[in-house]
Amino acid sequence: MAGQVFAYIIHREGIADDSALELITAARKIFPAAPLTAVVTGSGGNLDAVCNEMAASYNEVWKFDHEALAYPNAEVIRKLLVNTLPGDAVVLLPHNTFGMDLAPGLSIKMDSAFVADVVDIEGLEGDTLNVIRQEYSGQVSTHVTCDISAGVVLNIRAGVFQADESKAAGGQVVDKSGETGDLSAVRKFLEIVEAEVGDVDITKEDILVSIGRGIEDEDNIEIADELAEAIGGVVSCSRPIVDAKWLEKSRQVGTSGKTVKPKVYLALGISGSFQHLGGLKGNPFIVAVNKNPKAPIFQVADVGVVEDLLEFVPVLTEKIQTG
Amino acid sequence: MEILVCVKRVPDTAENEIEVNRDGSDIERDDLVYSVNEWDNYAVEEAIQIVDRVGGSVTVVSVGDEESEEVVRREMAMGANNGILVSDDAFEGSDGKGIAALLKGAVEKGTYDLILTGAQADDGAGQVGGMLAAMLDMTYASVVNYIEVLDNRKLKVGREIEGGNVEMNEIELPCVLSIQTGINEPRYVGIRGIRKVASVDIPVWGSSELGIDAASIGESGAKVKRVDYFVPELGEGAEILEGSMEEIADKLIELLKAKGGIK
Repeated sequence: MAGQVFAYIIHREGIADDSALELITAARKIFPAAPLTAVVTGSGGNLDAVCNEMAASYNEVWKFDHEALAYPNAEVIRKLLVNTLPGDAVVLLPHNTFGMDLAPGLSIKMDSAFVADVVDIEGLEGDTLNVIRQEYSGQVSTHVTCDISAGVVLNIRAGVFQADESKAAGGQVVDKSGETGDLSAVRKFLEIVEAEVGDVDITKEDILVSIGRGIEDEDNIEIADELAEAIGGVVSCSRPIVDAKWLEKSRQVGTSGKTVKPKVYLALGISGSFQHLGGLKGNPFIVAVNKNPKAPIFQVADVGVVEDLLEFVPVLTEKIQTG
Repeated sequence: MEILVCVKRVPDTAENEIEVNRDGSDIERDDLVYSVNEWDNYAVEEAIQIVDRVGGSVTVVSVGDEESEEVVRREMAMGANNGILVSDDAFEGSDGKGIAALLKGAVEKGTYDLILTGAQADDGAGQVGGMLAAMLDMTYASVVNYIEVLDNRKLKVGREIEGGNVEMNEIELPCVLSIQTGINEPRYVGIRGIRKVASVDIPVWGSSELGIDAASIGESGAKVKRVDYFVPELGEGAEILEGSMEEIADKLIELLKAKGGIK
């Protein structure tokens, strides 16, 4: 029988991340009625505001206020969790750059199981947890079983579980700041270097013509430029285009790029990884052009065209120009 | 600096449509194009560039079946000095922790200052690097897109975090880093490069060479198991436009006009 259930709360400037309430819904799919504990770490400032906010939704909030926790350095947080959580704990984290940094090592130090990037939870049978993951850039899904008898760390994909807005837990904040144990770390946080500002601001555009790997060659980008010009939009892109240095980072849509909220989004040769879709908000009208009918982008698009963009887009552009 | 890079042979999702086989036990592997995991290729390039600057050597290791030798050889053609294949029937069915335990065994047969992995591979978990670091009691940083060698004990390491911002850290060696794509521009490997390393000996290490208890790895040691593959039933999904390319373009223009997609 697995132990107590914990969720690590990510927060910035006194506001909890969206994942804080999504993790409750995920936890409820495993344990419909068990008490849930939120772990909130930081150093002074807005920490109490976050703790009080979480107490509305979690039965208990463990507050850790310590100068070593001012920035969430995964190595420090790992030590804290290993020092303070029971060994058979069920620990939920968001599968973002922090969760990916912390969770695998945490599972080793707690000697518990680990499942990354969980997209759905089917439930618990005895000590076996049944979850769903995706592989091959979201092209196929898998049923996964996990033995959680000695505890488990679960990284939950952002946005797949509805936020639990009931706020009916009436929980209490327990100040555990005196129980952190040793928090010394080899890895030292220095600073955050902000992303460079580019020549266009894709976050303010209503029409985006977005290109991905399917553009195949830097010289082909003019195909997207011409379409964008014809419809009055701006060219944006997915990660591989920036990796190849064909467009600036400021043109990248995704969790590691910009979050955009256009009215119309044309995804040309973009497979549609969850990291890319994570940067697309505001429920735009999505048109996907991709020669691979299995591309995950077709699951979220409103309209799909199964063609090679290099052949289809020039036809489309010419019709718009002459029409 | 002695650098070990962990690489994996994977189906190339840019070149393949991945389909599930009839009983869901596996993906259709006939006619798949395999290559080195894209993230790992950036990691090897980064290792070669670091050694070019400060000296040392690059070793590439892969856990997999005998065909994984081809990706080890390919990365040696890029410029890695040594290659190792970790392979044994007993390793099949290992979960992420099992793979990390095998790599730990391989690490401990050498002396390395820096260990690199890709930030993720075909299963999208991104777990082996962090597990390996914890098992070795080394410090770890994930999704790294910047490395600066400060001296022979310290690195300045940038992690790509949300919004394209970079989290800068100072890290002491030895350490494990998982490498994000875009950190560099991996060099092209030509036929001539492949030929040069075609006859280089690549040792194969199984459970006896690694001194690993077979019960702790493979299917029997795995707490996390993949039951099957499936293609989820789509919710609504996209309305796929049919017809000739001209007809599709006409339909799409009407839709775009209605949605304000043509100014």
